[in-house]
Amino acid sequence: MTIEVQTVSKAFDGHSALKNLSIEIPDGTFVALLGPSGSGKTTLLRIIAGLAYADGGTILFDRENVTNVPVQQRNIGFVFQNYALFRHMTVAENITFGLDVMKRRHRPNRADRTARVDELLELVRLDGLGKRYPAQLSGGQRQRVALARALARKPRFLLLDEPFGALDAKVRQELRGALRNIHDQLGLTSIFVTHDREEAFALADRIAILNDGRIEQYGTADDISGSPATEFVRDFLQ
Amino acid sequence: MTRASPLDAPLWLKSSLILIVLAYIAVVILLPLAAVFSEAFASGLPAWIEAISEPDAQAAIKLTLLVAVIAVPLNCVFGVVASWAVAKHDFPGKALLVSLIDLPFSVSPVVSGLVYVLLFGAGGWLGPWLQEHDIQIIFALPGIVLATIFVTFPFVARELIPLMQSQGRDEEEAALSLGATGWQTFRKVTLPNIRWGLLYGVLLTNARAMGEFGAVSVVSGHIRGETNTMPLHIELLYNDYNLAAAFAVASLLAGLALVTLVLKTALEWRHGDAIASRGH
Amino acid sequence: MTFKRRSAIPGFGLTLGLTLLWLSLIVLIPLTALVLRAATGGWAHFIETAFSERAIAAYRVSFGTALIAAAVNAVFGLLVAFVLVRYRFPGQRLLSALVDLPFALPTAVAGIALTAIYADTGWVGKLLAPYGIRLAYEPQGIVIALIFIGLPFIVRTVEPVLADLGVEAEEAAATLGASRWRTFRSVVLPEILPALITGFALAFARGVGEYGSVIFIAGNMPFKSEIAPLLIVTSLEEFDYAGATGIAIVMLLASLAALLLINWVQHRERVRRGL
Repeated sequence: MTIEVQTVSKAFDGHSALKNLSIEIPDGTFVALLGPSGSGKTTLLRIIAGLAYADGGTILFDRENVTNVPVQQRNIGFVFQNYALFRHMTVAENITFGLDVMKRRHRPNRADRTARVDELLELVRLDGLGKRYPAQLSGGQRQRVALARALARKPRFLLLDEPFGALDAKVRQELRGALRNIHDQLGLTSIFVTHDREEAFALADRIAILNDGRIEQYGTADDISGSPATEFVRDFLQ
Repeated sequence: MTRASPLDAPLWLKSSLILIVLAYIAVVILLPLAAVFSEAFASGLPAWIEAISEPDAQAAIKLTLLVAVIAVPLNCVFGVVASWAVAKHDFPGKALLVSLIDLPFSVSPVVSGLVYVLLFGAGGWLGPWLQEHDIQIIFALPGIVLATIFVTFPFVARELIPLMQSQGRDEEEAALSLGATGWQTFRKVTLPNIRWGLLYGVLLTNARAMGEFGAVSVVSGHIRGETNTMPLHIELLYNDYNLAAAFAVASLLAGLALVTLVLKTALEWRHGDAIASRGH
Repeated sequence: MTFKRRSAIPGFGLTLGLTLLWLSLIVLIPLTALVLRAATGGWAHFIETAFSERAIAAYRVSFGTALIAAAVNAVFGLLVAFVLVRYRFPGQRLLSALVDLPFALPTAVAGIALTAIYADTGWVGKLLAPYGIRLAYEPQGIVIALIFIGLPFIVRTVEPVLADLGVEAEEAAATLGASRWRTFRSVVLPEILPALITGFALAFARGVGEYGSVIFIAGNMPFKSEIAPLLIVTSLEEFDYAGATGIAIVMLLASLAALLLINWVQHRERVRRGL
């Protein structure tokens, strides 16, 4: 699934968060949106997701114009920074939620849904924890559940908003590895937002460095560290 | 042009819901309020003034104010004391204590009055003893004050306990580490932090104290001009088919209710964070 | 008995002592008097007075009307809370203040006002009379009065919970394809259900014991529109202390049951959230 963002802009209360930004994300790549706070990276992610509308510009998924398509119909997987798990549902119920709300025609039957949950629990290394409640899990475990939940519907691509921000260093390392493995296994186009340089460089195929609503440079880790395009990028990489 | 967030409800849905709510509130809340003032002034201003200045009405107003002046400060002090014990310390049985403090809130007003009749009435526990010593509690001011204290008991505590709990103990501990006594700590550190919540609680207590009907009705004896508070006097006038006068007196209490609401809203607006939970 | 220092903050012994004293004097002792009074009369006598035909009819009226009113308020009160928290519109603050009116307005004032409106000659009564619908002096009138009384309980209990609900869970549901209604049903409603139940129980408990706003509009006919608190007052006026006490005990038990339900619901909430 390729994603094309064409000259998208967004302003909040007079402050311009995204300025005529364009970026193309080829199928199957793992892209990091990297930048300081206020650079617009989360705004961009949310616009791609459909959680916010741009003021101008177009979004295309595989050449299909989805700019005005509601988030429910974009079939994306979104992982929130603070997990946003449904507290009153078990892990298993959280994961199948995306399947439970499908229209009857498309909804898999109960046996298939259960199998999918087991499959995902195994994928994120949470086998056997299906009946637990989020409150009974650690932060790292909760984030895995959030990931599994986002993947349940076989989304077209995966969006992650600073997914490891709320976790400690060791757990972060583990989850980084897990995320990369899952990406490679599924070949799913993924975009994740981070302000952590090291993380972006370690995980992503391509990195887009954002500053004040614009993309300063977009390329592979080697490209960027080898030849920083602007003053800002050079400073940011220090 | 910024479009609204995609998760916002469509305009037609929002408007319909808002309209339904407005209609519900208009019928349930506004209508009775309007009716009070409409009926009160239906016979014109002179009639209204006459109803208010009539001796029995005046006596009722004075009695109501007197009861409030006694009951409200007492419950205010109690509320502060209880909140200090509950919010600034840990001890077993705390939850039980808080439930007990809440008890009058869920008891029927009539039952609240009844318990005092059973205690101090002619046929009550202490009845004979009181009669011997010629002390009149039921059918007199003390009974009315007691019943009012009972029903308004929890208000201040209910307001202050969650507030003080959410404010924590850090500041008090800091004060103590700097050598302040308990009383100084309370006066200089705690009290300023809770003053708006306290005012809020006092407002509610006062509104309820002046408006209490059921509990006072049971203990008062309904002696015209003597043991009738304003709500009881309203009932008296109403049962006498003197509707205009009944509503005239009622309009005073309704006016008080409006003032209470205005002050309450102003407090919430200005010092919302200093009032904490607005539970029930 | 000396209190060991339980906390560095002083005044514990004094304030706890005063609290217990005041609580006992004002609340506990009088309530004990009630219970003892009923006990000394003997079990058979208690059953006879507390469950006489007339008493049972009164309970049916009180509990029935309170239940209906609380249910109506549960639906509309939830709507009011939702609109107040989620939407912005002119007059919002005024609306919010008005919701508290039943707390601030004396019950007797509410009682005569409601009667004036719904009697056959009143603003609303006039409109309904041609259709043969009588609201005042009938049990329906009681429901109307209790709806007025109970509204703030639901709204004020649900509002803070609704306000605290972050938007993230709903966004997550949307990214997973749920429609707006489905999101409300599966994500929002379960989160506010405990608060809704608490508000319902509070409105119900208050409605069962309500006196001032009901007796004017009710009709007060025994076996038909006589509420239990009125029966207590009537018994007292006839010096039937035993009768009054019996009914009061039943009502007290109902209040306690409601309180227990509320505490249980809130306890379960705390446990579920791992607090």
